[in-house]
Amino acid sequence: MKYIDEFRDGELARQIAARIAAEAHPDRNYSFMEFCGGHTHAISRYGVDSLLPANVRMVHGPGCPVCVLPIGRIDMAIRLALEHKAIVCCYGDTLRVPASDGLSLLKAKARGGDIHMVYSPSDALVIARDNPGREVVFFAIGFETTTPPTAAAIRAAQQQGLRNFSVLCCHVLTPAAIAHVLNSPEVKQYGTVPLDGFVGPAHVSIVIGSAPYEPFAREYRKPVVIAGFEPLDVMQAILMLIRQVNEGRAEVENEFTRAVTREGNGIAIDLMDEIFEMRAAFEWRGLGEVPLSALRICGKYAEFDAERRFPLEYAPVADNKACECGAILRGVKRPTDCKIFGTVCTPENPVGSCMVSSEGACAAHYSYGRFRNIPVVAEMEAGAAA
Amino acid sequence: MSSDVAEKVAAKVAVKKDYVRPLNFRHGHVDMNHGAGGRAASQLIEELFLKAFDNDLLRQGNDGAVFAPPALPAGARLVMATDAHVVSPLFFPGGDVGCLSVHGTVNDLAMSGATPLYLTASFILEEGFALADLRRVVKSMAAASKEAGVPIVTGDTKVVERGKGDGVFISTTGLGVVAAGVDIGGANAREGDVVLLSGTIGEHGVAVLSQRESLQFETSIASDTSALHTLVAAMLAAAPGAVRVLRDPTRGGVATTLNEIARQSGVGMVLEEAAIPVLPQVEAACELLGLDPLYIANEGKLLAVCAPEHEAAVLAAMRAHPLGANAARIGVVTTDPHHFVQMNTRFGGRRMVDWLSGEQLPRIC
Ligand code: SF4
Repeated sequence: MKYIDEFRDGELARQIAARIAAEAHPDRNYSFMEFCGGHTHAISRYGVDSLLPANVRMVHGPGCPVCVLPIGRIDMAIRLALEHKAIVCCYGDTLRVPASDGLSLLKAKARGGDIHMVYSPSDALVIARDNPGREVVFFAIGFETTTPPTAAAIRAAQQQGLRNFSVLCCHVLTPAAIAHVLNSPEVKQYGTVPLDGFVGPAHVSIVIGSAPYEPFAREYRKPVVIAGFEPLDVMQAILMLIRQVNEGRAEVENEFTRAVTREGNGIAIDLMDEIFEMRAAFEWRGLGEVPLSALRICGKYAEFDAERRFPLEYAPVADNKACECGAILRGVKRPTDCKIFGTVCTPENPVGSCMVSSEGACAAHYSYGRFRNIPVVAEMEAGAAA
Repeated sequence: MSSDVAEKVAAKVAVKKDYVRPLNFRHGHVDMNHGAGGRAASQLIEELFLKAFDNDLLRQGNDGAVFAPPALPAGARLVMATDAHVVSPLFFPGGDVGCLSVHGTVNDLAMSGATPLYLTASFILEEGFALADLRRVVKSMAAASKEAGVPIVTGDTKVVERGKGDGVFISTTGLGVVAAGVDIGGANAREGDVVLLSGTIGEHGVAVLSQRESLQFETSIASDTSALHTLVAAMLAAAPGAVRVLRDPTRGGVATTLNEIARQSGVGMVLEEAAIPVLPQVEAACELLGLDPLYIANEGKLLAVCAPEHEAAVLAAMRAHPLGANAARIGVVTTDPHHFVQMNTRFGGRRMVDWLSGEQLPRIC
């Protein structure tokens, strides 16, 4: 644990917090988006936001893979289990995401769906091997981090001649989502993009490297600092972003040099290129249709594509009208701006996507930070900080 | 005839006499007959349960255990608790469903500040369950009950068809006595009280997880399952009246238990993360699986809310007991109309420790 403890050292945190307070100009505001759900989680769980001065604000982005999964896609997985009687394998936190008709994968399981929680796609391969008479589908979700293991499983299935294994591919791409956040009409409608820079993803960047962020820095003049998932990494990245903003720079910097290179992991990238191809567009929950933002299985491996193997039509499902997820994921609103936050929409009964996983903006604020909205606490904290 | 040979012959004759073949604990399985109340059922009771749990009340062999009520001094009260035990897998490092079913109910009694007297046990067995495994479970129950000094005085056995159970489900009910002057309850916490924890958290949950299908990871972590009534007795003796709330943080872990107490008492709490003891192996396993040790189940730990002026005495008594060697003060009770449990993180920030929503599921990225 020593390796990890070093990145959670309270004394070091106070030192960086003091530097941030000293270098952030009191006469301006700083808004940074942490794109990744892992960062949102670290910020909430370690109380990083309570160490930042009032004029430095963190905005939770669309990088929680569970949060951005559209309802229609979960419906497809449920149909595979209930109608097509397939064994559906999925990651644990996908189980609870609300789908249509008051269902979720967990509830579909209670209705007799054969749904297994797995820790990696290779577990799904084992299940396929053990159940030769059944169709086994791996419900593949996530960003570039979870894509290479899915690719490896598909290739292994082909090499082993597994005929009863397929993948419902819902893998999405980070750079496309960042571009969408910066470009979307909603953001224009609110005037300037209220973001001064990005804390870049950790695990995603290990795979794709830091180079794919360079266009944002260049074209949108937004600094990006790639950071690890430990709270000190995040604090350090925030300090680096403040420095860039103060100096008028917009560059890609790498705080996470212990794992991330400019080029990324060539083997993983080649593997993804071999198995997947780009979808023209893909619906994201909370963001709508985003062009060139997701992957599907390419023709050569078509037999492992559940969308081609089963009669499965994707049907988009609208989010609740009151839900502000879209604005929250783009950084233009905060969770508490949503009228149903914490009343109708709670982690037990999530209405919008941001309330589903603890990495979602609304759930993170509800579970870790909502005491701060209470005036007494706000005063207490202000008193303690003074 | 030597006495040795005589004994062997006598044993044979005895079996012959009843025309009953002894249970085959090596290769036998539970079948529907074992729950049908006939000869097979009575044989299971005699050859397994009676033998393992042997005590005067059980040996009466009646439907209920008949005993005179304990002589209660003025102000003393009886307490009953019941608990069902369903755990998968049935056997895990450090324990099994058997000892768990004894400790669970003994601890429920202990958390009222009671001295446990008797237990009852009800078994729901699945057709096809190996008798060898059943014997292992029962032996472990017997050992736990003996060690705790709380006999199992009556019980029941039912068998369900294959596929309708998970091997074995065990429910236990316990009876205990709370001494006069002891007033412990979830609603008793007051502002300024201190929150004490008896030791390191998360071992039981991680030990069980480590055995789950598809998740077997190498670990030296064993469940902490144990009976806590002697620890409670030591705490109550150290400073009479000082302990206001006791609760064992089982399912839902420390976080959920403290939220329950905060709501029942109408107070808030502020915890110090740095003060909460966690074994490095538990921390590492949680890190790997994306779980928070604060939400992981314990079966041999207790949380106590205690009057601040008696903190030192109660903590000293806890630390002097083998089950409380790592006891620590982990927080204080505050006034908070929202009943929030907050925590100062080791990192220097402040956050909430909320109720668990649903089961804790591993994160994907
Ligand atoms: S509170 Fe719920 S409905 Fe509102 S924005 Fe957040 S997730 Fe959407």
